[in-house]
Amino acid sequence: MSTGNEHIEELVKRRYEPGFFTDIESDTVAPGLSEDVIRFISEKKNEPGWMTQWRLKAFELWQNMPTPEWAHVHYPPIDFQAISYYSAPKSAAKYKSWDEVDPKLIETYDKLGVPLHERARLAGVAVDAVFDSVSVGTTFRKELAEAGVIFCSMSEAITEHPELVRRYLGTVVPQSDNFYAALNSAVFTDGSFVWIPQGTRCPMELSTYFRINELNTGQFERTLIVAEDDSYVSYLEGCTAPMRDENQLHAAVVELVAQDRAQIKYSTVQNWYPGDENGKGGIYNFVTKRGDCRGERSKISWTQVETGSAITWKYPSCILRGDHSSGEFYSVALTHNHQQADTGTKMIHIGRNTSSHIISKGISAGQGQNAYRGLVQVQKRADNARNYTQCDSLLIGKRCGAHTFPYIEARNPTAHIEHEASTSRISEDHLFYCLQRGIGEEDAVSMIVDGFCKEVFKELPMEFAVEAKKLLEVSLEGAVG
Amino acid sequence: MSVLKIDKLHASVEGKPILKGLSLEVKEGEVAAIMGPNGSGKSTLASVLAGRDGYDIDSGTITYFGQDLTELAAEERACAGVFLAFQYPVEIPGVNNVYFLRAALNAQRKARGEEELDSMAFLKLVRQRLKQLKITDDLLHRAVNEGFSGGEKKRNEIFQMAVLEPQLAILDETDSGLDIDALKIVSDGVNDLRDDKRAFVVVTHYQRLLEHIVPDSVHVLMDGRIVKSGERDLALKLEEDGYGWLEKELAA
Repeated sequence: MSTGNEHIEELVKRRYEPGFFTDIESDTVAPGLSEDVIRFISEKKNEPGWMTQWRLKAFELWQNMPTPEWAHVHYPPIDFQAISYYSAPKSAAKYKSWDEVDPKLIETYDKLGVPLHERARLAGVAVDAVFDSVSVGTTFRKELAEAGVIFCSMSEAITEHPELVRRYLGTVVPQSDNFYAALNSAVFTDGSFVWIPQGTRCPMELSTYFRINELNTGQFERTLIVAEDDSYVSYLEGCTAPMRDENQLHAAVVELVAQDRAQIKYSTVQNWYPGDENGKGGIYNFVTKRGDCRGERSKISWTQVETGSAITWKYPSCILRGDHSSGEFYSVALTHNHQQADTGTKMIHIGRNTSSHIISKGISAGQGQNAYRGLVQVQKRADNARNYTQCDSLLIGKRCGAHTFPYIEARNPTAHIEHEASTSRISEDHLFYCLQRGIGEEDAVSMIVDGFCKEVFKELPMEFAVEAKKLLEVSLEGAVG
Repeated sequence: MSVLKIDKLHASVEGKPILKGLSLEVKEGEVAAIMGPNGSGKSTLASVLAGRDGYDIDSGTITYFGQDLTELAAEERACAGVFLAFQYPVEIPGVNNVYFLRAALNAQRKARGEEELDSMAFLKLVRQRLKQLKITDDLLHRAVNEGFSGGEKKRNEIFQMAVLEPQLAILDETDSGLDIDALKIVSDGVNDLRDDKRAFVVVTHYQRLLEHIVPDSVHVLMDGRIVKSGERDLALKLEEDGYGWLEKELAA
């Protein structure tokens, strides 16, 4: 007799598709981190003195911080001196047009299906493509410029819009925030900068694809999105990395600022290399993402679909500072083989009549460990704060785990906080029901998983939802028969 | 022509023998009722026929339209026209009922080398079947069986059967837990699908269902074997006298 659960596990053995390596000469600094390396990075990027000082201050703070160990993840200590902190394609000089871009780079994007070039135009997506650490191209600049929207690489923003960067950088995630945020502040090489002027609805979805390519290169992007009063922007972030044996560190920082009545929607599909079936290799993804609902009636919405990385450590959060502001968090996190994810959100209610909504869907397969960690904090003057949290776990097989760590701190008696949680398992009964109707095993599993994730998928922009669904299908595809 | 022919079937679950030499033949257009006390092997028979994992065939044969049924995987049996109406249909949250049924029908059509139905053609078919079964469309837009009452679940099974149009339909205690109105809807649905081709195996504990679905043959399953076969009056006798007299007759 076949044991059902092992069989189901077979079904979810994933195949990782974007596993190739582009051979381009890179300008890479020797491994190790010191003041000199930071000065080198800053100089390489022609940064003004205040930026260099900002980085150095972060480095000083970082040196005195202990490595955080509270997350429900296990990994060997990281040797920060063994990492190279700067890697730029040699031909990193600014391109005037796409024709000048190294064809190999474009080929890489082709393999990933990044909608650049005319495809981008057709799809209506502007892409600021980050290849390792340097931004190589931005589309739709003109159309965005007409709307007054600034969408460029962080490096460019530092030199061309220093007043905006200085006003907002580090105001949501300060250099001292946490170990990895401090590290990022010291060594970040690039990222995206978005500024939406007052009363403007960004005319298109903004999108950045990140890709880690160089061996042993940590990638530290820094993203800053500012929506001024009465503006709206939807930002998509998609990630994928080629297959490597070494563990690679990824410590990004994303800061969002929403002023009065502004809305920011931030969506992520993350498909980094998760390591092989035995837990070898894979990306360490230690990210600080935080949104500040600074203005009244502002709104920030995070949607994430996380299927990759060996270790994910990520809590996109909202600080609900403005009165009547609201925060949302929709998440699907899939772990299998030896992947570990400790993810969730923080909703900090500070203003009056603030509300937050959390929908978290965790899927564990193989020996995957999936933890939801969420904080709902209602501060003293946050009258009439409301929160609804729904936290569902789906287990596939017998050796995986789902863990929930909800923290609720209410310091105002008018708070309404609801928390619902469920754990279920894809059982032989479910599979057999589908099989008996003629639906094959792979289709059955992906159908059941898709149904489980529906509430989150519907929050994603259309094309992204299709991509996310496909990604889960690929993740669940495997050794049937 | 015989649709299903089971010959001296021995089957076990986790090493425990449940079916012990069961033989049964069901012909085209026939409705065969399988009755028997609890634990006699009725549900095991249904699971074995549908090809459920964990049910091991130790000896004997199952022939379906002359083909060895045991060689087919569960989904292949479904595509070949074997349908099981479940005693306890599972809930699949978030998966729309119509979407599920279309995926099922198209998987079956594809396996048979037929063209898949597009959504327009499929919806037309669905409406036709709803009308035919005189049931409302309130279940269509919900997730598969999610939050359905017992009656609604069974009604959904019959509706799926009507859309998938099997050659052999196995009803596993479809009457259990139904009130009289639900029972009527379900049996009307089955009667409506009866024709001179389609064969039914109706597994039930009570005679009650057979008042509504009048069987062509009645077979009594006890301790893993068919111990007596007859016509409808056999079911009535069992209802009146229970299974005790049969046990005595067998012991004699």
